[in-house]
Amino acid sequence: MSRRTVDMALATPGVDAEGRPARIPLRTEPAGVRFDESFGAEHMLVNIGPQHPATHGVLRLVIELEGETVVRCIPHVGYLHSGFEKLGEYRQYNQLIPLTDRTDYLSPMANNVGLALAVEKLMGLEVPERCRVLRVIACEMSRIISHLVWLGTTGIDLGAYTPFLWSFQQRERIYDLQESWTGARLTTSVTRVGGMMADVPSGWTEALRDFTRTFPRTLTEVDTMFTRNAIWIGRTQGVGVLTAEEATNYSLSGPMLRASGVAYDVRKDQPYLDYQTYDFDVPVGEHGDIYDRYRVRLEEMWQSNRILEQALDRLARLEGAPINVEDPRVILPPKSRAMSDMEAMIFHFKQVMEGVKPPIGEAYMGVENPKGELGYYLVSDGTSKPVRWRIRPPSFINLASLPKMCEGALLSDVIAINASVDIVMGEVDR
Amino acid sequence: MSGVSPSLAPMRAEFGDAVERHLVSCGDTVVYVRRDRSHDVLAWLKETPSQEFTYLTDITAVEYRDPEQPLEVVYQLRCLDRRADLRIKVALDKRGPLEVRSVWDLWRGADWLEREVYDMFGVTFAGHPDLRRILMWETYSEGHPLRKSFPLRGHFSRSEQTRQALGANPEAHYSMEELSLAEAFQELPADMRERLARGERGFLR
Repeated sequence: MSRRTVDMALATPGVDAEGRPARIPLRTEPAGVRFDESFGAEHMLVNIGPQHPATHGVLRLVIELEGETVVRCIPHVGYLHSGFEKLGEYRQYNQLIPLTDRTDYLSPMANNVGLALAVEKLMGLEVPERCRVLRVIACEMSRIISHLVWLGTTGIDLGAYTPFLWSFQQRERIYDLQESWTGARLTTSVTRVGGMMADVPSGWTEALRDFTRTFPRTLTEVDTMFTRNAIWIGRTQGVGVLTAEEATNYSLSGPMLRASGVAYDVRKDQPYLDYQTYDFDVPVGEHGDIYDRYRVRLEEMWQSNRILEQALDRLARLEGAPINVEDPRVILPPKSRAMSDMEAMIFHFKQVMEGVKPPIGEAYMGVENPKGELGYYLVSDGTSKPVRWRIRPPSFINLASLPKMCEGALLSDVIAINASVDIVMGEVDR
Repeated sequence: MSGVSPSLAPMRAEFGDAVERHLVSCGDTVVYVRRDRSHDVLAWLKETPSQEFTYLTDITAVEYRDPEQPLEVVYQLRCLDRRADLRIKVALDKRGPLEVRSVWDLWRGADWLEREVYDMFGVTFAGHPDLRRILMWETYSEGHPLRKSFPLRGHFSRSEQTRQALGANPEAHYSMEELSLAEAFQELPADMRERLARGERGFLR
């Protein structure tokens, strides 16, 4: 493909002469000996989860096995269902933001940004440039921590413990940055409709700059550890394969879709927050297996780091610029003005008591979250509470392809395949 | 981003009055389609070479606060090559059956999405092979949570909800189909075995 695609030559020991990923079949029976056919003729039902570390949350899989081969995999979700969409109908628009923290809790800042963008689309608001740059930083920091969790936990699932420690060490640094910006490590609630909750504190950009300088070393180490590792390749290449057509048909998004060779990234194809002005590439795989998903996510962390560096340059140029829109309908006036100026006090009162009121209408806003395309679909009837707040959950829709990917795989592959989907149950169940 | 989607005119030419009305909201084109032709329209949008909406972004439903307004099933479509989005809506009169044809045969991605709409709104999708609840458990009997008539805390009292949750049998966590595979089939209660023998599954007939 064109310039947007990072070249991902997969010349690895696990590839045969024609370039197809090779799998060495495990043969346990001595040649010429056939086991009694009646042995294992009955299908067995295996229940995994919901309390199982390898299901990455409260996912439950009921698996029908023939011997060790999966005949059917039936996922059960809903154990973490919190009714956020219902709750949203009883909340004002700015009060939805804390709820978004708790859906995909591995990338809370990116969710906050998505919701603010959706409400701004509904109201036709355009936020100032410094705000857009801060939001890009929030999104890309989230992408890095989310992919680091994915990398670490998937490594553990497949028996590699060390990269987990490396990745969580780096993730901790971003969490510290999140904490000093928003006051919270997880429930960040960093955006507001029409702006940000706060600008970054002094000294913060230097800390992030330091991160972007030293973080690539960890990526290189992980690359050395995994990319050409025979065990890693054996467990991941050719496992859980989805073709480009299947990936599209199953509505997959994010790294799952791109690993199958479909070059669709919301940041490139329906740009928001000026993503079209940043210089970055979108990695696209070709085999659609777990290994390509790993390569895509690893490369995305490099690209996120690049975007962070560019955003930091822009932020330095925009020092002291406003972060909120000049619109008293959505942004609270400063407290000093609200206490001295009649008009400011009225706006303050109306916003606190009634909240932001978008006009009658509806809007769908999709953003490229680490897990895939997160979409917020809002329907407004002109009041301060949405008629409908729909979250298009990328994890939920990606997970729906699990039964297809597990068909005919080995039971041990189910763990690897499930890990490769990169689910977070807070978002699957909402 | 602004203006009506270029797919609207060919849709009207092809389907005539099955395309009821359209509107543009925040730059997104929304097209209302008659319920009995929804599957035809969606299949046409997916398979016609000039349209190629091969990607189903989302299926959801909207119920308005005004009880007179119909419930809407919303299909969010996308053409990956042209980077074009289109929203199709099917209005369902709440006095009639809340039923629409499933698009499972067009997009496998519709599988869980339709199950979720069924679970949350009680809309049935004719032709869906496995229309069970998905977020709520199969024996959940309080109704469909995202309906406006459903109170925020549910229909039952908290003590009744707790009683039902604690009183559930282990087999309540498996579908009938799954139980029919279990090695312990012979140890299942007799009434459950009878239901399995009759081929019943879950609470859906």
